[in-house]
Amino acid sequence: MAKGKTFSKPKALSDAHTHYCPGCTHGIIHRLVAEAIDDLGIRGRTVGVAPVGCAVLAYNYFNCDFQEAAHGRAPAMATGIKRVRPDLMVFTYQGDGDLASIGLGEIVHAANRGEKFTTIFVNNAIYGMTGGQMAPTTMPDQRTTTSPFGRKADEVGMPMRMAELLASLATPAYVTRQAVLRPKHINKARKAIKQAFTYQVASRCFTFVEVVSTCPTNWGMTPTDAIDWAEETLLPYYPLGEFKVPE
Amino acid sequence: MAKVLMKGNEAIGEAAIRAGCLNYFAYPITPQSEVAEYLSRRMGEVDGVFLQGESEVAVSYMIFGAAGAGARVFTTSSSPGISLMSEAMSYIAAAQCPAVFVNIMRGGPGLGGILPSQGDYFQATKSVGHGDFRLLVMAPASVQEAVEMTMQAFPLAEKYRNPVMILGDGLIGQMMEPVEFPDHLKVEPVDNSSWATSGMDHRGSKTRNLVKSLFLDPAALNNNNLVLKAKYERMQREEVRWETYNGDGDYDALIVSYGTMSRVCRTAIDNMQAEGLTVAMLRPQTLFPFPEQAVYEAATREQCRVVISVEMSMGQMVEDVQRSVKGHRPVQWYGKCGGEVPTPEEIVEVVTESLAAN
Amino acid sequence: MAYEHCIETERCKGCGLCVAVCPKNVLELATEVNTKGYFPAFRARPDDCIYCAICCNMCPDVAITIAASEDESA
Repeated sequence: MAKGKTFSKPKALSDAHTHYCPGCTHGIIHRLVAEAIDDLGIRGRTVGVAPVGCAVLAYNYFNCDFQEAAHGRAPAMATGIKRVRPDLMVFTYQGDGDLASIGLGEIVHAANRGEKFTTIFVNNAIYGMTGGQMAPTTMPDQRTTTSPFGRKADEVGMPMRMAELLASLATPAYVTRQAVLRPKHINKARKAIKQAFTYQVASRCFTFVEVVSTCPTNWGMTPTDAIDWAEETLLPYYPLGEFKVPE
Repeated sequence: MAKVLMKGNEAIGEAAIRAGCLNYFAYPITPQSEVAEYLSRRMGEVDGVFLQGESEVAVSYMIFGAAGAGARVFTTSSSPGISLMSEAMSYIAAAQCPAVFVNIMRGGPGLGGILPSQGDYFQATKSVGHGDFRLLVMAPASVQEAVEMTMQAFPLAEKYRNPVMILGDGLIGQMMEPVEFPDHLKVEPVDNSSWATSGMDHRGSKTRNLVKSLFLDPAALNNNNLVLKAKYERMQREEVRWETYNGDGDYDALIVSYGTMSRVCRTAIDNMQAEGLTVAMLRPQTLFPFPEQAVYEAATREQCRVVISVEMSMGQMVEDVQRSVKGHRPVQWYGKCGGEVPTPEEIVEVVTESLAAN
Repeated sequence: MAYEHCIETERCKGCGLCVAVCPKNVLELATEVNTKGYFPAFRARPDDCIYCAICCNMCPDVAITIAASEDESA
């Protein structure tokens, strides 16, 4: 029999069935985070901070201490946790409405202070939980429930590139953008997420992993079409790669 | 214990440290920025955490995160800043975490002014933030009392796993008075391993802890509200505190006043007493729980004909006084705003006019 | 070494991402719904499966696992 592989659920993931829509790639990102936590053996001292958005219920899907933040405030909560307990491994898991809209102040300042926690930023160019509204990352001409005729850049500006924005800050940090659209992206994303947590274990710097993700339901596409659309439309505007690595 | 002459703001900062709270997150705002300035030096000396956040909103969630992780933590701000923290106070109450918020009030509403005021009474005692929750609110009338109430706030917050507020005004923060820091007010933190996200290894536990306030199931949310309500009822039974002044014998009028305003009223009462007019004062030390029964009994004393709520606001506590007196005596408000503090003479005039009219 | 490929039919939401990425076209969506009303994926051509775990990697619900089984004949 040819050399095959085994594959099992990471311990840091709970057994709960997720509420995410079929084909929503949040689930993949959850698994990659859980794999990093398992690989680094830090589950016993990890505290996750959930956002408000589809991933608010992330706390049901991880087997580690968790706090649930107000909309946009996860980076501030993570700052509070990390500052009083620097020995804890802290991560925030946030969507684009949570992080790039209401919580922009919090993420920029946490990054600029060099808070030594890890942020997983899921960019699916839309508000999911509330039913498909325009997000700061929504593409030009992309239709959403609050941009029914497509996002008009001359009215509401161009989509925000969070990785590049945070990478422009002078404070040392690890800032990368990944995707979970194709298996090759997933493998790279797994390495980047593990790298981020590794920097945290070494108490090096603030670490930020933006992950281009899909939202089949609110994009109005099948899961596989959503993958294709994301690759054709999102990736050109949101290039993948490491934008900042601590010296 | 030698007394030290200290500015209120700095004394509040030191009081927190002496109470065993070594974690402080804050944002500058007049008239209480000196707390942050003081602790930015002092926390380092005691291996504590000091961080200036980017906004009061962010600071209030640093407080929530730290409290949720099981650390003793507090912040200080002033009126507009407290407005920005109100959402987090709702989350912290709902998630049942202990935290201490100090509001050194300034004139409002809006940007208002930077001089002392008591215009946040409603905010602190009635409508702190969204949803059914209360704060235990203590109102100091001196820098010494501010020190003691700050120290007491931490064990109280932990007893109730609920935010506690110290409600001072600009004068409390800016005055310098001799203070001491009573050792007996330092109480060791309560064990929080049953709920705090302190890390499973730290607790030697296999079960993770979750600090949250989302209850999508209506029965679960209703139940959470019942749990909170029971705590507030317990506060009303066990934590209500007040003081009376010149109220042992008979008196013709009762003043109800708190914080710095009550000290001006004392002078007015002394002046009236010298003129042969006996007026008493009841000073609530806790604003929630409000001393309703005590106000009722003080107001309905035989000879007492009028009750006056004297506040540095447009009349907020007066509604609680009216509610407590239940119509048995006429209750009126007197006060000034914007940082102007009513003078003893004005109070004497108001009392005498009120007595003449009743 | 032999492998045991398992799809948890009740956890699968029938999103089809695994079907799309399987390099050996082993997977298909069932025609019978699971208890949640999704058409779960299954191995239509198990013999072609090379246990590469790409489907496991792509599955958002960790519904697909591969275990090593001692049974030589598998």
